[in-house]
Amino acid sequence: MRLTRTFDDRMIAMWKQGRGVGGTFSGRGHEAIAVGAASALHASDVIAPMHRDLGSYLVRGVTPERIFGNLLGKATGVSGGRDANLHGMGDLSLGIIGFVSHLPMSLPVTLGAAIAFQQRGEPRVALTFVGDGGTSAGGFHETLNMAAVYDAPFVLIVENNQYAYSTPLAQQMRDPEIANRASAYGLPGVAVDGNDVEAVLDVTRIAVERARNGGGPTLIEAKTMRMLGHAIHDGAEYVPDELIAEWEARDPISRYGAKLLDLGINPLRLARIDSDAYTRIETAVNAALEAPLPDPETVLEGVYAQ
Amino acid sequence: MTNENSGFNDVSYSPDRVMTYLEAIREGLRSAMSADEAVCVLGEDIGGDFGGAFKVTAGLAEEFGDARVRNTPLAELSFVGMATGMALMGLKPVIEMQFADFISTAFDSIVQFAATNHYRWGAPVPWVIRAPSDGGISSGPFHSQNPEAWFVHTPGLKVVAPGTPADAKGLLLAAIADPNPVIYFESKPLYRSLKGEVPEAPEPVPIGVANVIREGSDVSIITYGTQVQESLTAAAELEEEGYDVEVLDLRTVKPLDWDAVFTTVEKTGKVLVVHSANRLVGVGGEVVAEISERCFDALDAAPVRLGALDTPAPFSPPLEEAYRPSARKIADAARTLARY
Repeated sequence: MRLTRTFDDRMIAMWKQGRGVGGTFSGRGHEAIAVGAASALHASDVIAPMHRDLGSYLVRGVTPERIFGNLLGKATGVSGGRDANLHGMGDLSLGIIGFVSHLPMSLPVTLGAAIAFQQRGEPRVALTFVGDGGTSAGGFHETLNMAAVYDAPFVLIVENNQYAYSTPLAQQMRDPEIANRASAYGLPGVAVDGNDVEAVLDVTRIAVERARNGGGPTLIEAKTMRMLGHAIHDGAEYVPDELIAEWEARDPISRYGAKLLDLGINPLRLARIDSDAYTRIETAVNAALEAPLPDPETVLEGVYAQ
Repeated sequence: MTNENSGFNDVSYSPDRVMTYLEAIREGLRSAMSADEAVCVLGEDIGGDFGGAFKVTAGLAEEFGDARVRNTPLAELSFVGMATGMALMGLKPVIEMQFADFISTAFDSIVQFAATNHYRWGAPVPWVIRAPSDGGISSGPFHSQNPEAWFVHTPGLKVVAPGTPADAKGLLLAAIADPNPVIYFESKPLYRSLKGEVPEAPEPVPIGVANVIREGSDVSIITYGTQVQESLTAAAELEEEGYDVEVLDLRTVKPLDWDAVFTTVEKTGKVLVVHSANRLVGVGGEVVAEISERCFDALDAAPVRLGALDTPAPFSPPLEEAYRPSARKIADAARTLARY
């Protein structure tokens, strides 16, 4: 989580200085979900993160250099300059499926991965994420319904961060308890504090192991708050200050740090985690800045697999 | 071919290998599924004893099991997306779109996710969508469409449209073997009306290779899908009038076999492009544009396009006849060109 936040802070600073390329998305406030959920999976499982889930990529082993390279459109980025910010960062060698902007398109694709595992009798699970906004799209319903019909080893985490761009939850749905929808599909649905990394890890692990053991899919709703705008350009003036202040007090990283101190961790060890994260991200940013841009001669390459 | 207008004079004709266009598709599916356990089929109503709205998959569930012949809920967007995930994990799904008209429901899964995937992060998506298309049989606005131009316009997809039983099998085998998402437009009007000889061996017909299905020297008809047969009928009619018409069956509309196109244009100098799909911004427009840019000097007359009108596909027979190309309209257009 610390590495994720440090990366995110560094990214935002750079974009605000006008040194970024294109737009970018912050995952501030989502770290416990992205990290906790990804930590519940085995290496052989598959995950399809979205644009708030930087931490999932880091947990799966995508290096900060490759991610920052992707943000800057470098040849060394995960997509080699083909796709923007955290988009297009699929890497099957790490069990990651890249997403598209059309949420919730990762849902059926991830279900397909689960179906492949089930069809071949492999003890593997596929997990993906969507925001509260994506739950209004038809693919959300279609995928949960099919996952239930096929009893697929599939886990969906809804990151309910209260806003779909500028539209608050009350203008998106009548019942704000998204986990309630699971019963309509005959699935277990569970809501969890999305700012508590251990809680996210626990509920995800239960869902993942149930899926692995033939118990079928689960819908998890992780309640959180999008702490910054929809994307870097968005000041999010439409979000009440009190709401941000309320969630700032529940910041997943400060909160987990405080818990660890309560449990008696040496404060120097926590400080060391912070300084290591800083050094790691500075190294990555410098490497990404120095990395080459893609050769325009290669623009046609890769449209088709050979 | 048993169609006497085919222009084939096949010396190795074997009656026991004559089958309908639909049977050839089924044979292609069965052959691919027997050879490779990764090949599976999915779609609405295709499983069990029912075997699909057109019975293309009849018998496959019994032979290969329900997991590999998977019935889906009515959810095109997501079962195509699901096939993408299956393909990413090493399966080779063949999706039956019950009617090509319904493919619009799955648009995001096709053009946004599957088509862009390899370019964006390098993972191939080897699925096939079988899309039963075309009309002329009073099926109305939502069971008659030819939406191939949407997909030809989309980078990352391949698009094929067989016009004969042999190509129906061979192109399906090639589409399944291809590591890219392929949309396979099969002709509903040809399903049971067209019979032809189909090789027993599982030999793919290569994607991107057109076929001169009838040789001629006066006019070239460039076409694909259902209109191959209509064009052959028109060519036979014109032969009786003394005109020698060449018919080039594109077979694949993306990637298109430009060498074959330019070769026939250089041979005859007169081109008629025909497809069942709407003429406006259709594949024919692109073919004629490329011909104009790249072999203008070979032309003896302005190229002509025949396609459906810019209306929804009408239901009532006289309206539908007015709407879509036919052998009669092709013969008229080709005759005018030949006389030019």
